[in-house]
Amino acid sequence: MKTTTEAPPAAGLAIHQRNLGNSAFAGLTRGAAITILVTLAAVAAFLVAKAWPAVTTPQAELSDKVEWLNGTSLPQVIAYLIFGTVFIATVAILIAAPISFGIALFISHYAPRRLANAFGYLVDLLAAIPSVIYGLWGAFVLVPVLLPALQWLERNFNWFPLFKGRVLVDGTTSVGTGRVALSAAIVLAIMVLPIITAVTREVFLQTPVLHEEAALALGATRWEMIRMAVLPFGHSGMIGATMLGLGRALGETMAIFMILSPGLSFSFSLLEPASHNTIAANIALNFPEANGMGVSALIAMGLALFVITLGVNMLARWIVSRRAEFSGAN
Amino acid sequence: MAAVRSLESTPGSLSGLGFRRVWTDRAMRWLIYAAFSFAMIPLVWLTVTVIRRGITRFTYDSTGAHRLNLEFLTSTMGDVFGGMPDGGIMHAMVGTLMITVVAALISVPVGLMTAIYVVEYGRGRLKRWVTFFVDVMTGIPSIVAGLFAYALFAVLFGPGTKTGLVGAVALSVLMTPVVVRASEEMLRLVPNELREAAYALGVPKWLTVLKVVLRTAFAGITTGVMLAVARVIGETAPLLVAVGVSNSLNWNPLDGRMMTLPVYIVSEYRKGAQPCTNPGVPCVADVAVDRAWAAAMVLIFIVMLLNLVARIISRYLSPKTGR
Repeated sequence: MKTTTEAPPAAGLAIHQRNLGNSAFAGLTRGAAITILVTLAAVAAFLVAKAWPAVTTPQAELSDKVEWLNGTSLPQVIAYLIFGTVFIATVAILIAAPISFGIALFISHYAPRRLANAFGYLVDLLAAIPSVIYGLWGAFVLVPVLLPALQWLERNFNWFPLFKGRVLVDGTTSVGTGRVALSAAIVLAIMVLPIITAVTREVFLQTPVLHEEAALALGATRWEMIRMAVLPFGHSGMIGATMLGLGRALGETMAIFMILSPGLSFSFSLLEPASHNTIAANIALNFPEANGMGVSALIAMGLALFVITLGVNMLARWIVSRRAEFSGAN
Repeated sequence: MAAVRSLESTPGSLSGLGFRRVWTDRAMRWLIYAAFSFAMIPLVWLTVTVIRRGITRFTYDSTGAHRLNLEFLTSTMGDVFGGMPDGGIMHAMVGTLMITVVAALISVPVGLMTAIYVVEYGRGRLKRWVTFFVDVMTGIPSIVAGLFAYALFAVLFGPGTKTGLVGAVALSVLMTPVVVRASEEMLRLVPNELREAAYALGVPKWLTVLKVVLRTAFAGITTGVMLAVARVIGETAPLLVAVGVSNSLNWNPLDGRMMTLPVYIVSEYRKGAQPCTNPGVPCVADVAVDRAWAAAMVLIFIVMLLNLVARIISRYLSPKTGR
């Protein structure tokens, strides 16, 4: 009896404390979530703040102050760099996407069940290797190996715009040391493979088993089953994954910085040395020695890169998330 | 699958599979196998190269004599110039350690709390926005994160502020979304029965989250955090921009530049071959390149170790969820 009479105030107190704890903790988690949004906004705000001086300074004055502009105007340089960035990233994605889809299919539908996880882990390891090591490997090991192939391409496919180059009188080609856009794109392709693979693999694994079994029951071969059941289901996931890979490729710095011999042009030739550079690699190249205005100009470039990758990523995420609504699997 | 195989094995027989269909199927199978093998080539090639060339720097000491030694791990680049067969990564390892630890101290609480918000509390527009923008944030180019940290500290503490902390802020921008994603997944794996059981016992929600949900998901979250650390520990571009380079040991992330392993690799790579003119002085022409490879080997070793330990934790310590 005594306990029951005492219970109401005690319980009341406990509920009060409970509410305090609850609301404090809920507020804390909410605060953390808002911090994320604020950070993203701050990235944009501070980049704009530091890029502002370079954007508002008259071009002639800017060219005087910033050594690496070499007399070219900043918008012009940014246009060259955006072209180089998009060009190299696109070529890398064109190489990587089909291979990634193949790997994802291998892991989801071809590899023995027991080994599939281990194989997936091996592909994930490719993503774990730091980009600076890809750069080192690319510059010292891969490019010398690729060089004969690049020269062969240049000699025999000179007519093809992507492989346009100059074959010199003594039979050597203008590809030089091989530090050209194609080499950089190949290394970049290897780096985005695991990203595209990881997303598409998840999508392929979610294919409704009923669809697959129905296809097989109709007498489809395994490839026909994949073409009829898996690929249509994973269609938007594949597109989204490719765009995620593109986002990553656009922002990649070190591998390109270490492999590509930089230059500025709107050249569509993958084999022409010193004709391309990317925004990120250009920032890494010039930032350590830049003066105040130079830093500001580089941050303006970084802002351009940020806007481009943000757009690509938002589109990619939107495509991937849309799939969940229309898949019909759930 | 067995049915498919038996059909394949009898082309043109009763199964009625045409020649073209059988060969398309086979060709695609080989193409898909080839795609996977193709991905394994760089993995094996790169690993073997890094180990083979990384060992070189460990095979000669500061006098240029050939013997296995670990001087590389215990010395810095202070007073090292030209082709001196000397110099190591002590300062770079300290810098990487300090910067990564500070970055983790920033991003783990924020990331974990955000994940708790999204899974346990969030509803409505804020939850949708946070989920979406965390995904978007994983796509921020690393160099932009570096520029952001640089700009932030330039505005707050004057231009040219380059300390370990700036680098840590840059890395935490890259690390937080990864932590959120990983923790979110792990929190979702915690069965609802556990939460309901706690509520039934009169445990308030916040204590349920702290003592039941977090404890159950602890191993998974640890794995996620370690994978996130493994990811940012190799980041180069943001540190190149935000922290700069240094040749000497610096334990203080609040003051002065720091060296980090990835930046060390680039700066040694950029030195290239060194001239060796005086035969009386011990000199190795390729010493900078050797250092770059050796540092790459150490870095890859750390990253792989983190990955391995993370997998082991998730494998052996994660709770049985009954799924």
